[in-house]
Amino acid sequence: MLNERVICAGFGGQGVMLIGQLISYAGMLENREVSWLPSYGPEMRGGTANCSVMVSEKPIGSPVITDDATAAIIMNLPSLAKFEKDVEPGGRLLINSSLIEKKATRDDLQVYYIPANELAVELGNSRVSNMVMLGAYLELTKIVSIESVMKALKKIFGPAKEHLMPVNEDALRKGAAAVRQ
Amino acid sequence: MAKILMKGNEAIGAAAIKAGCKYFFGYPITPQNELPEYMSRELPKAGGVFLQAESEVAAINMVYGASGAGARVMTSSSSPGIALKQEGITYIAGAELPCVIVNIVRGGPGLGGIQPAQSDYNQVTRGGGNGDYKLLVYAPANLQEMVDLMQEAFDAADYYRTPVMMVGDGMIGQIMEPVEFKESVSRFELPEKDWATVGTGNKRKPNIANSLFLDPAELEKHNVKLQEKYATIKANEARYETYNLENAQLVAVAYGTTSRILRNAINELKEKGIEVGMIRPITLWPFPEEAFDQIPASCKGLLSVEMSMGQMVDDLKIVSNGRWPVYFYGRSGGMIPTPAGIIGKIEELIGGAK
Repeated sequence: MLNERVICAGFGGQGVMLIGQLISYAGMLENREVSWLPSYGPEMRGGTANCSVMVSEKPIGSPVITDDATAAIIMNLPSLAKFEKDVEPGGRLLINSSLIEKKATRDDLQVYYIPANELAVELGNSRVSNMVMLGAYLELTKIVSIESVMKALKKIFGPAKEHLMPVNEDALRKGAAAVRQ
Repeated sequence: MAKILMKGNEAIGAAAIKAGCKYFFGYPITPQNELPEYMSRELPKAGGVFLQAESEVAAINMVYGASGAGARVMTSSSSPGIALKQEGITYIAGAELPCVIVNIVRGGPGLGGIQPAQSDYNQVTRGGGNGDYKLLVYAPANLQEMVDLMQEAFDAADYYRTPVMMVGDGMIGQIMEPVEFKESVSRFELPEKDWATVGTGNKRKPNIANSLFLDPAELEKHNVKLQEKYATIKANEARYETYNLENAQLVAVAYGTTSRILRNAINELKEKGIEVGMIRPITLWPFPEEAFDQIPASCKGLLSVEMSMGQMVDDLKIVSNGRWPVYFYGRSGGMIPTPAGIIGKIEELIGGAK
């Protein structure tokens, strides 16, 4: 039964909150039960930022992920140190290898190294590294479709940022291709 | 209407505007800032007025004034800010005026921290300000419930002419969940506000909004009248949910976010063959005493699970009145209880026995 619990973590400005919201929003559009819970606090500006996202077939009980994340999307080094332990055995760990040189220390996880910043720069916009990571995550888990994510993004962006939709979609597809065997 | 994904604090604002709230007075404090931010942007579009006051004390007294003039009015804050508002709240209760106060609770005492807590239970259920008064207190566990209760909160405030508090821990304020704004019909028949201080037109004696009664006999009479009102609220407005009570060896009690974590723990224990029930108060005052009459004979004790050092546990002792031993498990200061922590406590209490 579908019961996904994913942590998205990085530093403020990398867009980790946004990709968490996109997973929730897309899940809702696909008639799943969803929740998005941010970390909040004085550390948020320029410091670490993270959110816990749930997508489930059943109503969400606790929205808090303790040590049972099914996946973690890790965008910077401090987040790897903080959240590697919170993924359940067999879970997925997606590491932004552009900014994180270290390898995962656990050997009971499915670990993927994605050079998200390099791939984003190849698309001409370094700011879509978060969407590259999200694309990889969607390819691996199929939790929601890229189409639903794009619908969600359109709602979040609104008309003012509509011109950024194509590069975001390209980033999703590039991330997906990066982990496709 | 279709579901939309909203942050808790914004959903409160949207639900309040939909419920006819026309005035909002507030002062910033984490973790509820998205609510005044939302109101500042959206309330004027709905023909209302948002005003950021110079302090919490000013904000609650603006609420007092607007309410006295018959307006649907709301304020919001978080724990230490609510503490500052207590003077105004007891005045409003004493003057029998309606308003809705939102408290997105953070850890205390003092300035405490900014992470979620439930350590305002005593503050919200025991008065908080001076004198013999009560607030009607709702404590929803998810955003849909909160949105659904908002209309009820405003209507009940008007119907009973009493301040109503909507309590959420910091997590309820910050979480995003799908919500649907349903069309609802008020449960209450709301009378005209013929008490409002809106000018006499030289046709009647002035209405006065006041909580000062210098004649002791008159004040006692006023207090007796207030108590009669609170008795009616107690008889009519207690709300709760029960879960898995049948064959429960233990009944755990939790509200708000903690009840969601407890539910996970109960489901995990069920898989192990351990039956634990839950009573979830939706109103903190009135405390849903009748729920406890449904507890089966299999129950050997009550457990209060809180994000505090133990406050609601006192109400469990009162309602138990010796029927069951009462236990406590809690985390505080912004630390969130985990299902594993709750399960550990329950297994310790009932020995992990089948």
